[in-house]
Amino acid sequence: MVIQSVKMAMDSIMSNKLRSFLTMLGMIIGVMSLVILVSIVNGATKSVTDSIANIGTNMLAVNIKDDKDEPLSLDEIEELIDYDSVKNVAPYSTGSATAKYERTSESISLYGTTGAYYDIKGLSLERGRFIKNADVEGSTFVAVINQTAAQELFGQTHVVGETISLNGYRFTVIGVLEEEESTKGNVSERLEAYIPFTALSKITGNTRNVSSLYISSADEESMDAVENEITKFLYQRFSYDSDAFSITNSSTIMEAMSSVNDTMKWMLGGIAAISLLVGGIGIMNIMLVSVTERTREIGIRKAIGARKKTILMQFLIEALLVSVMGCLIGILLSAATVAGINRFVDSLSASMSVDIVMIAMGFSAFIGVVFGIYPAYKAANKPPIEALRYSN
Amino acid sequence: MIELDNLCKTYEIGGDEVHALDHASLKIEDGEFVSIIGPSGSGKSTLMNIVGCLDVADGGDYYLDGVPIENYKEDELARIRNEKIGFVFQNFNLLSRLSAEENIELPLVYQQIHKEERKRRVDEAISRVSLERRRKHKPVELSGGQQQRVAIARALVTKPSMILADEPTGNLDSKTGDEIMELFHELHKQGNTIVLITHDEKVANQAERKVRILDGRVYEEESE
Repeated sequence: MVIQSVKMAMDSIMSNKLRSFLTMLGMIIGVMSLVILVSIVNGATKSVTDSIANIGTNMLAVNIKDDKDEPLSLDEIEELIDYDSVKNVAPYSTGSATAKYERTSESISLYGTTGAYYDIKGLSLERGRFIKNADVEGSTFVAVINQTAAQELFGQTHVVGETISLNGYRFTVIGVLEEEESTKGNVSERLEAYIPFTALSKITGNTRNVSSLYISSADEESMDAVENEITKFLYQRFSYDSDAFSITNSSTIMEAMSSVNDTMKWMLGGIAAISLLVGGIGIMNIMLVSVTERTREIGIRKAIGARKKTILMQFLIEALLVSVMGCLIGILLSAATVAGINRFVDSLSASMSVDIVMIAMGFSAFIGVVFGIYPAYKAANKPPIEALRYSN
Repeated sequence: MIELDNLCKTYEIGGDEVHALDHASLKIEDGEFVSIIGPSGSGKSTLMNIVGCLDVADGGDYYLDGVPIENYKEDELARIRNEKIGFVFQNFNLLSRLSAEENIELPLVYQQIHKEERKRRVDEAISRVSLERRRKHKPVELSGGQQQRVAIARALVTKPSMILADEPTGNLDSKTGDEIMELFHELHKQGNTIVLITHDEKVANQAERKVRILDGRVYEEESE
């Protein structure tokens, strides 16, 4: 019986192809907007999560905003390592300079820090070594540069032992960083040089006081303990003023980002669901027209023995088929669009999940049933005599 | 066997009561060929709707094969129509999207009969109306006479208690009409009960028994 009904529904859909297609179009557009928008948000979430995971989820960034004229000294910072849960501490300060090698001159970002920075940030070297504590103590003029800097200044990476000039000070290159995974192939990356914290103070004339630092914990679980201890320490250190400093937890950033993305997903999904709903109303509209047009057919079927349930099923299956076929076409087109976005649009990356495809299918079927039931009910309840008498 | 006992049906049209059937009584035995004749407005259609189980009477009794037809729900009436009555309409009433054989098969589909059995019975019905070469054609590709043959095959295929024909020659030219009437005679000879409703004396006279309906009342008449 169901096979018969499906066949009849198929017949009736195919007998008016243009109308069926236009009805489906509502569903196609609805499904496409749902799948594509959610895929784009998914892609964005993924890339943000990846780049945060790159930095490491067991890291705190501390900023001193008001040092109450009693700034943190380098030695004080090093003592923080005595806390059980703290693994590494690295102060940093930033600056910019003009880097020169022979005739090449480029603007470069400077990071003044200590050896611990390397571990906390999860950097990796292609050649040479990173800054050591002895370099910091002795304020040696050594620099570790990134790939872009090596390429821009030297045109190659075999540059350990070479000398570059940063704002006129001569620095020896001791290491070259590996290209970062997340910025691979990105030509606009900045030139960066890592130098001893003390060396940066010297060339920029800054104090040797610390206003920014990174702290890492042994593992993700002890993050909260570290955050508590550091907060307590800073609170006491800066005359019980909680506004004097700020602590940013990388896992907090990640949580915030993913909650923003979740909100986006629901919002866009909701908008798309509304367009699916509009598609459903289109189906209902056409089904109602079709029921009226086929009044005579319904009368004939009833005269020769079709029951209410049979007629109901026939029209319901027809509505369901239109919505599900529309949904399938929509999913195929979405898959093509998502592939197209990933291929041709650099600034977006979309990721289509099985979940959203299932949701789209389920929702379309639901809409087919909900908006198909009334027309089908109307058809099923036509009295056979009146239906037979109807002429069109 | 069909037994109508004092059937009444009243409609209200514009505040006036119209007695479409006024204590109509009639008995038709199995294997009879009965024509019911009457002018339009005589209650002919109402009688046909009630006999065809498309509608139920307000009063009186109707027994079909000894079973009283009263107060049935729509679905139960649908089952009775499906199993016991084969309709042939003036305007054929075939489903235009289905082929001749699919139209004939449809009542059996509603009976949920197995596919092989359906095919066997459709083949049989098609050969009874001599349409073997047109079975794959859609109604629009068939002449009026051929369409009416498809309709007759559809009526026959369920082996009903009666074939109820409503002006079956009304939309056909006289030659084709005669052919269809010839087919009814054949079916009658094969033992089918045929009830033919018409306003055409010439057609009505071909039946072995003629019943006249006037103002909702039934009168027996001698066939000429």
